[in-house]
Amino acid sequence: MIDFWNRFRRDRLAVYSLGVIALFVSAAILASTFAPYDPSEQFFDGLTLEGSPLPPSGRFWFGTDTNGRDQFSRLLYGAQTSLLIGIVANGIAVFIGAGLGLVAGYVRGLVGAAIMRFTDLMMAFPPLLLAIALAAILKPGLNIVILVIALVNWVQIARVIYAETVALSEREYIEAARAMGAGTGRILLRHLLPHLVPTVIVYATLGIATTVLLEATLSFLGRGVQPPTPAWGMMIFESQSYFLNAPWLVFIPGAAILILALSFNLVGDGLRDALDPTQRGRS
Amino acid sequence: MLGYLARRLAASVLILLGVSVVTFGLTYIIPADPVAMIAGRNSTPAVREQIRHQLGLDRPLPERYANYLGRLVQGDLGRSYARKSDVGPLIASRLPPTLLLMLAAIVAELLIGLPAGIYAASRRGRLGDKIAMTLSFASVSTPHFVLGLTLLYLFAYLLSWLPLGGYGSFSHLILPALTLGLAGGGWYSRMMRSSMIEVLRNDYIRTARAKGMPEWRVILKHGLRNAFLPIIAMIGLDVGIFMSGVVVVENVFGWPGIGQLMWQAIQSLDIPIIMGVTTVAACFIVLGNLIADMIAPLIDPRIRLR
Repeated sequence: MIDFWNRFRRDRLAVYSLGVIALFVSAAILASTFAPYDPSEQFFDGLTLEGSPLPPSGRFWFGTDTNGRDQFSRLLYGAQTSLLIGIVANGIAVFIGAGLGLVAGYVRGLVGAAIMRFTDLMMAFPPLLLAIALAAILKPGLNIVILVIALVNWVQIARVIYAETVALSEREYIEAARAMGAGTGRILLRHLLPHLVPTVIVYATLGIATTVLLEATLSFLGRGVQPPTPAWGMMIFESQSYFLNAPWLVFIPGAAILILALSFNLVGDGLRDALDPTQRGRS
Repeated sequence: MLGYLARRLAASVLILLGVSVVTFGLTYIIPADPVAMIAGRNSTPAVREQIRHQLGLDRPLPERYANYLGRLVQGDLGRSYARKSDVGPLIASRLPPTLLLMLAAIVAELLIGLPAGIYAASRRGRLGDKIAMTLSFASVSTPHFVLGLTLLYLFAYLLSWLPLGGYGSFSHLILPALTLGLAGGGWYSRMMRSSMIEVLRNDYIRTARAKGMPEWRVILKHGLRNAFLPIIAMIGLDVGIFMSGVVVVENVFGWPGIGQLMWQAIQSLDIPIIMGVTTVAACFIVLGNLIADMIAPLIDPRIRLR
C-alpha cells in the first residue's frame, strides 16, 4: 500500500489532479456556505438596462446569466449535480458491469455467452443516443438521469473484467480452490474479485470522467436534470443564444466540466501506472 | 477465410435483430402509454385512435414485434407527428451532410492524432511525450459543445476567418470537422503511441538502428507502416463515438444532418424520430464493426484462424 502510494506520488500531474478533485468535492459539499447568493435568485440589478447578462465584477464574480442569476453560485451548486451523478451513476454502472463481467468470465457456458452477447448488443448503440432515447421515454429528473447513465455505461467495464476473469480462471490456484470444494460464489468473491480490485478502481475513476461528460451533454441537450436544479451543461444550453455577447456564460461552466473530467482521467491514468508498473506508459 | 467472413456476417445479423428487439421494447413496452408517446402530447383523439389501430395494440406481443420487424426491414421507421412526414425518408434526406462531415472528421482526426502519437512514441517518457499525452487527455475530456463553441468564438467571431455556421461550402465544413477531429484525435494519438511503442520493440527495428539508419527514418519507414495497420481497423469501430458527437456538433454549427434532426426531435420529444435515428446509428455501428472485422485478417492473417 505504501509502495503503491509512493509510485502514484511520482506522477505529479495525477497528484495535482487529486487535489483539484478534492477542491471540487469540497466546493460541492459546502456550496451553501461558499455561494454568495441563492442560485435561483433573479437580481433586479443582475441584467443591464437592455436586459443583457452582466460580465464578471466585484458583486457577481463570474457575471450573471440571461435571467440575472449569479453565475458563481450556480456553478457551485452545479458541482453538486455533476459530482453526485458522476459518482452515483458510475458506481451503479461499475457494480453492474464488474458483476456481469465476473460471472460471465468464470461461469462461461450458456450464462456467460448470454451475458457477453448482450454486451455486444449494447455496444451497437451509441451511448449518448441510447441515453437520449431512454431519457425521452422516461420522465426527466435526477434519479432517471442517474439510472439512464448507469444503464448505458456499464458495458466497457464488463468487457474489461470479463477478459481479466477469463485469464485468471485458467490459473492453478483457482483449480486448487475448486478441488478443495469451494463453491462458485466463494471462488468469485474470495479468489477472483480481490485480484480484480485494481482494475475496478482504475476503470471506476476513468468512468467518472465519462459520466461527467455524458451528464453535461445530456443536460446541454435539455434531457438531463431539469430546472431549477443547476447543471453545468444546462447553464451553457441556456446561454447559447447570448454566447457571442456574453462568452463567459459558456467558457466558465465549460472550463469547470473540462477540469473535472480531465482530473478524473489523469488520476485514473496515474492509478493504472501505479497499480501495474510493468504497463507504465503503454496505453 | 470464407468461413470467418460468414461467421462475422451472421453475428452482425444477430446483433441487428437484437437492436430491433431493444428499439421495439423502448418504443412500445417501456412507456406507460406508447400511443401518446408516439403521437405527441398535443395529439387529437382521432390521431391516437388511428395510431392505436396502426400499431395493433390489441394483438399479441410476438405478432406486434413481427409486424414491427417487417416494417423495419422495408425501411419504414414510423411517422413523425411533429413534422407530419415519414421518419425513413426524413433521415435519408439528412444523411448526405452527415456522411460528408463524418468523412472530413475522420481525415481531421487522423491528421491530428497520428502525428501526435508518433511524436509521443518517439519521445517516450520525456517531456514532449508527457505534454502530448496530457493534451490528448484534455481533448477527450472536453465536451463537444464546449470545444465547438470555443472554436466558433475564436475563428468565426473574433477572427472572422470562417462562417458562424451553416452549410454549403468548404469553409462551412472546417470548424465542425475540426471539433470532431480534435476530440477523436485525442484517442487516435493514444492508440498510435502504444501501437508504435509496440512495433519499436521488434528485432527488425533494432537491426535498422544497428546499421546506422537515422531514428526519424526508422520510425517513418519501418515503424509507421506496421504501427498504422491496427489503427485502420479502429476507424470502423469509431462510428459509435462519432454518432454521439454529431448530435451536439451539428446543433452548434447549424449543420443540416441527422444530428440536427435528432436535436430538433429531442426538443419537441418527437419519439419516432429519436428512435429512428438511434436505430440508423446502431446499423452504422454494426456496419462499421463488420468492415473492421473484414479488414482485420488482411492486416494480421492469424485472425482468420480464430
